[in-house]
Amino acid sequence: MEHEKQGFVSKYIFSFDHKMIGKQYFTLAMSMGFIGGILAVLIRLQLGFPSQPWPFLENLFPVGMASGIMTPEFYVSLFTMHGTIMVFFLLSLLPVSGFGNFLIPLQIGARDMAFPFLNMLSFWTVVPGAIIIIISFFVEGGAAASGWTAYPPLSAIRSAIPGSDAGQTLWLVGMIFFVASFTMGGLNFVVTILNLRTKGLRMMRMPLTTWAQFVVGILGLLSFPALAAGALLLTFDRSLGTSFFLPAGIFIGDTLMPHEGGTPLLWQHLFWFLGHPEVYIIMLPAMGFTSDILATFCRRPIFGYRSMVYAIMAIGTLSFLVWGHHMFVSGMSPFLGSLFVVTTLAIAIPSAVKAFNWLFTIARARIQFTSASLFGLGVVSLFVTGGLTGIFLGTNAVDIQLHDTYFVVGHFHFIMAGAGLFGAFGAVYYWYPKMFGRMLSERLGKIHFWITFVAYYAVFFPMHYLGVSGMMRRIYDPNVYEYLQPLQPVNLFITISAFVLFAGQLIFIYNYFASMRTGAPATANPWNAAGLEWSTPPHPGHGNWEGEIPPAHRWPYDYSEPGKKRDFTPQWEA
Amino acid sequence: MSSWTAGAAAPIDAARTSSDRRHINRLGLLVGLGGITMLFAAFTSAYIVRSGGGDWAALELPPVLWMSTALIAASSLTLELARRAFQRGSLPSFRSWSAATAALGTGFLASQYAAWLSLNAAGIYLQSHPKSSFFFVLTGVHAVHLLAGVVALLALFGLAAAGRLVPGRSDAPTLTAIYWHFVGGLWIYLLAVLSLLG
Repeated sequence: MEHEKQGFVSKYIFSFDHKMIGKQYFTLAMSMGFIGGILAVLIRLQLGFPSQPWPFLENLFPVGMASGIMTPEFYVSLFTMHGTIMVFFLLSLLPVSGFGNFLIPLQIGARDMAFPFLNMLSFWTVVPGAIIIIISFFVEGGAAASGWTAYPPLSAIRSAIPGSDAGQTLWLVGMIFFVASFTMGGLNFVVTILNLRTKGLRMMRMPLTTWAQFVVGILGLLSFPALAAGALLLTFDRSLGTSFFLPAGIFIGDTLMPHEGGTPLLWQHLFWFLGHPEVYIIMLPAMGFTSDILATFCRRPIFGYRSMVYAIMAIGTLSFLVWGHHMFVSGMSPFLGSLFVVTTLAIAIPSAVKAFNWLFTIARARIQFTSASLFGLGVVSLFVTGGLTGIFLGTNAVDIQLHDTYFVVGHFHFIMAGAGLFGAFGAVYYWYPKMFGRMLSERLGKIHFWITFVAYYAVFFPMHYLGVSGMMRRIYDPNVYEYLQPLQPVNLFITISAFVLFAGQLIFIYNYFASMRTGAPATANPWNAAGLEWSTPPHPGHGNWEGEIPPAHRWPYDYSEPGKKRDFTPQWEA
Repeated sequence: MSSWTAGAAAPIDAARTSSDRRHINRLGLLVGLGGITMLFAAFTSAYIVRSGGGDWAALELPPVLWMSTALIAASSLTLELARRAFQRGSLPSFRSWSAATAALGTGFLASQYAAWLSLNAAGIYLQSHPKSSFFFVLTGVHAVHLLAGVVALLALFGLAAAGRLVPGRSDAPTLTAIYWHFVGGLWIYLLAVLSLLG
């Protein structure tokens, strides 16, 4: 057949096959995540051992670590780029672009995405974005240093700090590539799910993973254009002398800037109109993976399927109405602030619905403890921990105290970063057999889980105490304040735990790549799972099914039906 | 088992039938237009917020914009005539009407450029004051979208010349028309924002 004759380039590089494109996204996202992880290690190195010289690092970063001591400018670039890379290039690319592309056609019974060419194009649009982001470390002045939120005036005046110049320009260019790619992907997701479902697969029979990707596609399409608009206006402010975001009276050194009348808060509104839906763009797929994984390994139908679907929709809708909770300290009217408190706390309702449905799925089940189900349980744990601290931060009276402290850093690393990451790990352990036709090592997977889980709590839980004690979010050296000096042992503990956390991920990377060659060959349905994707061959080729696409006779959660001999009935069986 | 793992698969039949494919393409276009709508919604909200600033000044819109409006309205009309000619199967008529549309669209872009020049002649530039900044940004971003429409028309023209547009089967003229009418409507919206708000 025609695709068997495909050359290397059309099979592995400019492929139209949604599975290959998904794997390309995996490779890109994991590489970016590895770099983001190294940045985190460097950040913790400074906080654990403030201003201590590390001569060997001077060879790697001759400017940022001149004579081995980290400069404040380099530190600021580090956390800016850590956030940017992790939020967009790992936590968005891996679960959404990677798993969305890989899984949607398999789970809905389609040969490919609706627009395969657009799909290839969206991958090759994000690649230059990623390269530009990495290159920005090596330009004069170093990488962008205005935080992942790029607040003006720091991001808008090129002479503000070293990273405000070329680094920030490249940041904006890289992000525009990312936005273009991500909206193309979202368009593809929505159209594919609406149009290419196999016979019998009504929307209310779709796996929750696909439901999540569907809502994520809509969120991306509606929210990322706001960032594009903001980035364009910011570029004009930076290079063409406009004053969209810049007020009068800004001095850089002794020079008065010519801008007047603009408002930095306008950027904050545009940014967070994207930024908050973005949090759910990261979270919703993890919730979907967790639902599918827990049902399979608890051998129980997912509890409250309909309420799960409605909760995904409610979270998606509410995510557009809460951005102001990032701006409680911006001087907004207390009345407006109260409205944002109400919408923010309202998100707790669908979130709690999801958490309780997972607990009811788990309750009294005979759980099979695989690497995938352990990470699924990890998601539930991190989601509850992070969700509870979200109630503190979503209430403006409390947030005004905790804003820009390590409490916030702890909070979002649990709920968005942590739950999102654990969901992605669970998904890799669960669907790897379909990706490469081989099994990951379960032994290494479990070691990876326990190191990651324990180290994750060890790193991020104490941060809440640091935050309540007043340690600022972006501080370069806490020891300059006397009242923070007694907290140094906590920072040291966090730093050592972060090193362990990073080292634990090397196990995963080894397992991922080594198992492609040495893993045990997978059967078509190694977990006895009921979803449609398991009806494909162990390592499906382009087109996914050899013969006809199987129809869907039921939902994908028929486990342990009373009176049946087998403990599951696949979706494709009548 | 070996045939399962060999990576052999059935031919791609994602585009099951042409009517399915038509539906998919139209939905894809509509979803994409939703994204563009959000882009301009974000610009509009920025415009409204910024117009509350103390340095906001009124801007007399250049009269040539009325010509822009007439040109873009006429282009929607000619493209609709082209589309109907295509559906009737009259390819020569389709080609002349779509060429007329591309010419009118280019004329629109030229009139926009003339509007920029007339503002410059009056000493008003991008960075002069916030409303002029928004004027240049909004018309510029809109012009880029219209330019994409002109490119689509030229591609359509090329396809027709190569005999690859088949009346009754090809949906590309309708897709282009939907996009074109949207961008035309967007212009009317922007004109309303620029003349009525602030």
